[in-house]
Amino acid sequence: MPDLRVDLEVIAGLVAHGARVMDLGCGDGLLLAHLIRQKKARGFGVEISLEGVRACIERGVPVYHGDIDQGLSDHHANAFDYVILSHTLQTVTRPQFVIQEMLRVGKKSIVSFPNFGHWRNRLGLAVEGRMPQNPQFPYEWHNTPNIHVCTILDFQDLCQAMNVRILKQIPLGWAGNRPQGYLKRLFSNLLVPMAAANLLAPMAVFLLEKGES
Amino acid sequence: MTLENQPGSVGIVTTRHVELFSREAPLSLDCGATLGPVSVAYETYGTLNATASNAILVCHALSGNAHAAGLHHPEDKRYGWWDDYIGPGKPFDTRKFFVISTNNLGGCNGTTGPSSIDPVSGHPYGLRFPMITIGDMARLQRAVVTHLGIHKLLAVAGGSMGGMIALQWALDYPDQVASSIVIGSTPRLSAQNIAFNAVARQAIMSDPHFNNGDHYDGPRPEKGLALARMMAHITYLSEKGLHEKFGRRLQDRENLSYGFETDFAVESYLAYQGSSFVRRFDANTYLYITKAMDYFDPFPDPETTAKRLIPVTARFLVMCFDTDWRFDSSRSKELVKILNWNRKEVTFQELSSPHGHDAFLLDAPQYKESLAGFLNRILQETTDREAHVA
Repeated sequence: MPDLRVDLEVIAGLVAHGARVMDLGCGDGLLLAHLIRQKKARGFGVEISLEGVRACIERGVPVYHGDIDQGLSDHHANAFDYVILSHTLQTVTRPQFVIQEMLRVGKKSIVSFPNFGHWRNRLGLAVEGRMPQNPQFPYEWHNTPNIHVCTILDFQDLCQAMNVRILKQIPLGWAGNRPQGYLKRLFSNLLVPMAAANLLAPMAVFLLEKGES
Repeated sequence: MTLENQPGSVGIVTTRHVELFSREAPLSLDCGATLGPVSVAYETYGTLNATASNAILVCHALSGNAHAAGLHHPEDKRYGWWDDYIGPGKPFDTRKFFVISTNNLGGCNGTTGPSSIDPVSGHPYGLRFPMITIGDMARLQRAVVTHLGIHKLLAVAGGSMGGMIALQWALDYPDQVASSIVIGSTPRLSAQNIAFNAVARQAIMSDPHFNNGDHYDGPRPEKGLALARMMAHITYLSEKGLHEKFGRRLQDRENLSYGFETDFAVESYLAYQGSSFVRRFDANTYLYITKAMDYFDPFPDPETTAKRLIPVTARFLVMCFDTDWRFDSSRSKELVKILNWNRKEVTFQELSSPHGHDAFLLDAPQYKESLAGFLNRILQETTDREAHVA
C-alpha cells in the first residue's frame, strides 16, 4: 500500500474503528481504501471526476459520482460517524454551507486545508507582489480551482461564528506526500506548535462537532 | 480465419433449451398461480471454473432474448444484444467469467410465455397465461442457475428492465449474489412510465386482430404492436440524438406532400422499427412484460425497504446516462439513496451519452472501463477469499 499524504495519515488517525464514513471529494479513494482495510470502516466517497470514480471502482471503494452538495443533501442527520473533507474546502463555492451540511449528516467532521497564512505565501505576496505559486498552491490565479483559500486563523473565526466546536486542531509541518530522505521524513512527522501554526504550518487538520445550540 | 479466432467475439453460439419444473412440482408465481413445466432458452459464454465461482448472469430488457453475444451461424449479421460487452477482452471477459443469459419468463424467444402451448388445453396460452412479475422472472432464472450447478453468482447485471431483475436477485437471493449491476433502470416506474406502458397496451388490445389474445391461428395484431413499439422507441432515444440523426430531412421526396403520406425521414424510420419488431415479437408477451414492469416496486415504504434490505450483502453498481429520459438519472439516484440510507455498499456513476435510454446497449469506453473495473475487482476479491479458505 502506498504512503498516504501526510494530512490523510493524520485524518486516518482520527477515525475510530468500525466507523461509518463519507469522504467528500475522495479523489482516487486512497484514504477510504486505507480506512476500510485498516479501520474496518464502512461508507463511501463522493467524487466528481471520472478518473477519480474509475480509480475508486478499481480499488473496490464505493463511490458516488456527483458533486459535494448532492452528496450531502441526500442524507439524513447523523447518518455518518465522520464526514471528511480533505484538501477540498478551498475549492467549494459555499464553504460555510458545506461545513454546516457536513455537521448535519455527520456526528463529527474532519476538514483539512492548505494554510494560506504559511510564511511562504506571505513572502511570495510581500516580496514579489504576485499571487503565491508554490507546491501548496501550484496554479496561476486565473486557472486555480482554489477559490476560497483561508488561513488557520480565518478558519477558527468561521468555526466560532458558526458555533462549531473544534475538538482537535492539528497543524502539520509538512504537506503532500511523505518525503523520501531520512531527515526530511523525520521532519515531516513533526507537528507545529499551535501558537506558531498560522505562520509555520503549510496545512492543518480540524476535527469538528456541532456546538451546543 | 474462423469467427472463433476473432479477438473480442465469442464466435458462433447456440441457444440451448432446458425444461424445468413439472405439473407435479410447478413454479410458484407471485400472483398465486403456478406454472409447470417451464421451458427456458439460454446461452452461455466462457467456461465455468472448477469451483463454479466465476459465473455472471446478464438479464435482458423488455424486447431482448437469450442471445446476448456472438452470432448464431457464420452468415448471421445480427450480433447478440450485448455483444459489445461480452467476449474475450470485453468487460464481461469470457476468458475469466462464465456468462449466462436466459430469455425471460413470459418471453417469446424460447422461454415459456403466452405464445407457448398450454399443456392442459393443447392451445397457446394467450391471455390465460398467468400474470408474472419481475420476482417470478428472477425465480425462474435461479432455477436455471441451479440447474447449471452454480450456487453463487459473481454478478447479476442488466439494463432497463434487466436492471430491475438484477436488483430483484440481490433482494430475493442475498446469499447467492456477490454483486448487482443496475444500469439505466429504476426502483419503480413513475406515473409517466406506467402511462407509456398503458398506451402501448391499449394500442395492442385495440387492434382489430387482437381477438382477446387468441391471435395465433389467424392474422396477428401487428398494427397495434408496431404502434406500441414505435412509441416506446421514441422514449429510448434522446430528443437531441433523434434530431441529429434525422432532423427535418424529408424521406424520398424533394417537397412536402401537403397530405398524410410519409414526409419526414423520422416517420419512415419509426415505421421500419415497428414493422421489423412485429416479425420477431409476440403482442401478448409485450402486454405481460410491460405489466410486470408496472408492478415492480420492491421499496414501497421505509419499513418494507428496511426489512427487505437487512439480509442483502451484494455490492451494487448503479449506472445511468445523462440523456436517458425513459428512466432518467434521478431514478438511479433514488435507488442509490435508498441503498445508502440502508447502509448497503453502492457505487454510482452517471455517464455522458447522446444516446438516451439505449445508451446501455451501445459501445462507450468509460462505461466499459467502469464495468470491467468493477467486475475484475469482484473476481479478485472472490479469488482471494477462495485462496484464503483453501
